[in-house]
Amino acid sequence: MQRIGVFVCHCGSNIAATVDVSKVAEMALMEPGVVHAEDYQYMCSEAGQAKIAAAIQEKNLTGIVVCSCSPRMHEATFRKAAERAGLNPYMVEIANIREHCSWIHKDMEEATKKAVILMRAAIAKVNLNTPLQAGESRVTKRALVIGGGIAGIQTALDIADAGYEVDIVEKTPSIGGRMSQLDKTFPTLDCSACILTPKMVEASAHEKINIYTYSEVEKVSGFVGDFTVDIRKKARCVDMDKCTGCGVCQEKCPSKKAPSEFNRGLNTRSAIYTPFAQAIPNVPVIDREACIKFKTGKCGICSKVCQAGAIDYEQKDEIITEKYGAIVVATGFDTIDLEKYDEYAYSQSKDVITSLELERVMNAAGPTHGHLERLSDGKAPKEIVFIQCVGSRCSDDRGKPYCSKICCMYTAKHAMLIRDKYPDVNVTVFYIDVRTPGKNFDEFYRRAVEQYGVNYIKGQVGKVIPQPDGKLLVQGSDLLDNRQILKEADMVVLATAIEPNPDVRKIATMLTASIDTNNFLTEAHAKLRPVESPTAGIFLSGVCQGPKDIPETVAQAGAAAVKAIGLLAKDKLMTNPCTAQSDILLCNGCSTCENVCPYGAISYEDKEVNDHGIRETRRIAVVNNALCQGCGACTVACPSGAMDLQGFSNRQIIAEVDAICR
Amino acid sequence: MPLENKEFKPKIVAFCCNWCSYAGADLAGSSRLTYPADVKIIRVPCSCRVNPMFILRAFEKGADGVIMCGCHPGDCHYSTGNYYARRRMTLLFSMLDYIGVENGRTRVEWVSAAEGVKFSETMNSFVEKIYSLGENVRLGDLRCKS
Amino acid sequence: MSSQKKQAELIKEISGVNPLKCMKCGKCSASCPSYNEMDIKPHQFVSYVINEDIESLVNSKSLWKCLSCFACVERCPRDVKPGKLIDAARQVVVRQKDQNYLLADEIPELLDPELPQQLLVSAFRRYRR
Repeated sequence: MQRIGVFVCHCGSNIAATVDVSKVAEMALMEPGVVHAEDYQYMCSEAGQAKIAAAIQEKNLTGIVVCSCSPRMHEATFRKAAERAGLNPYMVEIANIREHCSWIHKDMEEATKKAVILMRAAIAKVNLNTPLQAGESRVTKRALVIGGGIAGIQTALDIADAGYEVDIVEKTPSIGGRMSQLDKTFPTLDCSACILTPKMVEASAHEKINIYTYSEVEKVSGFVGDFTVDIRKKARCVDMDKCTGCGVCQEKCPSKKAPSEFNRGLNTRSAIYTPFAQAIPNVPVIDREACIKFKTGKCGICSKVCQAGAIDYEQKDEIITEKYGAIVVATGFDTIDLEKYDEYAYSQSKDVITSLELERVMNAAGPTHGHLERLSDGKAPKEIVFIQCVGSRCSDDRGKPYCSKICCMYTAKHAMLIRDKYPDVNVTVFYIDVRTPGKNFDEFYRRAVEQYGVNYIKGQVGKVIPQPDGKLLVQGSDLLDNRQILKEADMVVLATAIEPNPDVRKIATMLTASIDTNNFLTEAHAKLRPVESPTAGIFLSGVCQGPKDIPETVAQAGAAAVKAIGLLAKDKLMTNPCTAQSDILLCNGCSTCENVCPYGAISYEDKEVNDHGIRETRRIAVVNNALCQGCGACTVACPSGAMDLQGFSNRQIIAEVDAICR
Repeated sequence: MPLENKEFKPKIVAFCCNWCSYAGADLAGSSRLTYPADVKIIRVPCSCRVNPMFILRAFEKGADGVIMCGCHPGDCHYSTGNYYARRRMTLLFSMLDYIGVENGRTRVEWVSAAEGVKFSETMNSFVEKIYSLGENVRLGDLRCKS
Repeated sequence: MSSQKKQAELIKEISGVNPLKCMKCGKCSASCPSYNEMDIKPHQFVSYVINEDIESLVNSKSLWKCLSCFACVERCPRDVKPGKLIDAARQVVVRQKDQNYLLADEIPELLDPELPQQLLVSAFRRYRR
């Protein structure tokens, strides 16, 4: 029989004003097992905790019930207090008589009755509690960063600088990500490559950073501190050790018709290629879809011209298995498909482009070598129309309901750069709202209007109609002047909504990290834990968590790194002892529990069982305590009732039900 | 309301998952959103921890209504727990209906940690429903009555 | 409830539209082929319903200038669909006059060669029994 102490908190007047606390304490003494009951002003205060400790020691208590605020608030406090007084912390139960009682009821009699019932349920439960020991698990001092854009690079650099090994896995042949495709960055107009390339070089040269490009995460198992990850290194067909990056193969490659991913398909590249000149690593890959050697078996020119003999057509995908303590997701974004937005004539005219395509057009290394020209006929445009919110803030099924956040600023940047370089070009921006919260952001936008004479019109564009002479008729509305506008433009630029990289859903599933309907990864707490996933050991960096510009991404990347470092710095982790356990006498090894376990925590072992004198070997479910998160799915699925959850056992919950229905 | 139900005080058990609904109930409390005192909450780690046996036990012990709240589908802290719970409860409730425990006495509701208002509204409407159904006479074990 | 408010509610009910979702982007007005003929523009329709000024709405020229081409319905990013509101407002007027629908037989004599084809299609869509 337990010796239980009950402590009723007044919480000032928060509880005591509606619940007769001394009555509750009095009623407690009538419950089985209760040997001590008292009430006090503030149980969570030092004096209150001292009362609990004194009672535990004086009355030899084996379990305590604290009737107070929500366990989400002070359960940890009271558990620690109990532990200091020599009681197992898992022998503490909380009856929530504040949030679930005193705060929502007005009638004192009714509230007191309810408080007594809630207390009884907690006493009934604690009667069946057993001391639990938190386990320990070790921490592998190595981090994995998924995605090699600016978010991934920054996170990796920060973790590596703290002295931990980091691996970056990047899907494309080079790190750099979206930022490497940008021409200039707002609000200071630095050249994107100028600030990114040094970081890329630093990452590749860092002795603690190991970069897997042209690779993808294939499988993840394990748990915080001890993840095991399979990485697929796709066959590059070029030996990374031998290649000198001379580039002759790319020059001589006869197949030059593959659309360049880096230039958003605006021009072509060779079948053996590096995405861009500053690529890291500077080792090309062979695109097997485009390569003549792979398609027809005849060619092999790259192999002939390679002085280093680095070309290897026989290379196969390679699977690397590595252990990590922490995983940072930095998978970034892409622009949405404009297929459903027929009205903007994106698919009908080459002169209707997305803003990301404009970045490439404006870039000196881009398809037009930095000259602003119409992609259809190469003529210099005189009239450019920008359309904001293309697919953003759309609650229909065509677009995204959220604001993509970066478009207002980059459109102001584009408009400003064009007006600066080509003062004779007219620039019109159709907007719904101009959103520029951020340091020096609104000043930047105002400069575009006031200094550079960009024409901002409040109102959306309804239709873009390509004309026979190659011009684009833009039909928009000016809501402030209440008129419909028909404007002949030479080029139309669409501020296309951004969406998380489509691969992120697959990755989230592998990591059991939660993800929202827009494919953004969910943070553990929207305000207080914005860079952590609710899944322990998974951290979020960059746009995979929500739309962000570069400074915010870098800031978040650093924050994610700090959280990862905080984890890696620990030698051991405490594990939650409220895990499932199977009763070896009841378990019949049917595998039902294994199938429902979201963590792969259950395996089967052949065990010697002494079933009432009959000794035999049976297949028994075994729970890995370090993997089990204590959801309890298996306990209900188990057909023989062998599985039970420590801390929330069948008997405990039934005792609570009984106490409530008594 | 019929006359004989005037003194009727229903017993209602609410199972709330630790991560969403229990927090939603806490938020209802801190926002002072009232709902009848007939509702008593039992905290479980996840809605998938709720064994159909618990619900049968509650009815057996004289509960007049049982409600289970969990995270919204897709938002489960344990990724898939509420899907299991949803399927189990669908099955259980249809069987309960078959043996005469009206559908209105059982309910599954998804309440997130941010939905204090929804929690209170749900509990109000559920309790109202139980009042309209009156005392649960099925499944109650006479030996359990005091 | 004032009759204006009642009518506003009726328009919302018939159209199934929640005008509060409008974020005033103006894409409806930008798409509208009869924009220049209208005194109240499509995007303003939404605010008239929000402000419950149905009197001005039903007496406006715009009410009968809308072709029901549904360009605004197709392109509205917020599912507000001003075209449906206009349609519903017309329905309200028609109901007041006690004529809930037209019969197909009655149409030929009402035909005006100047009418756009689209209006016929939309008339069938709206007034068929």
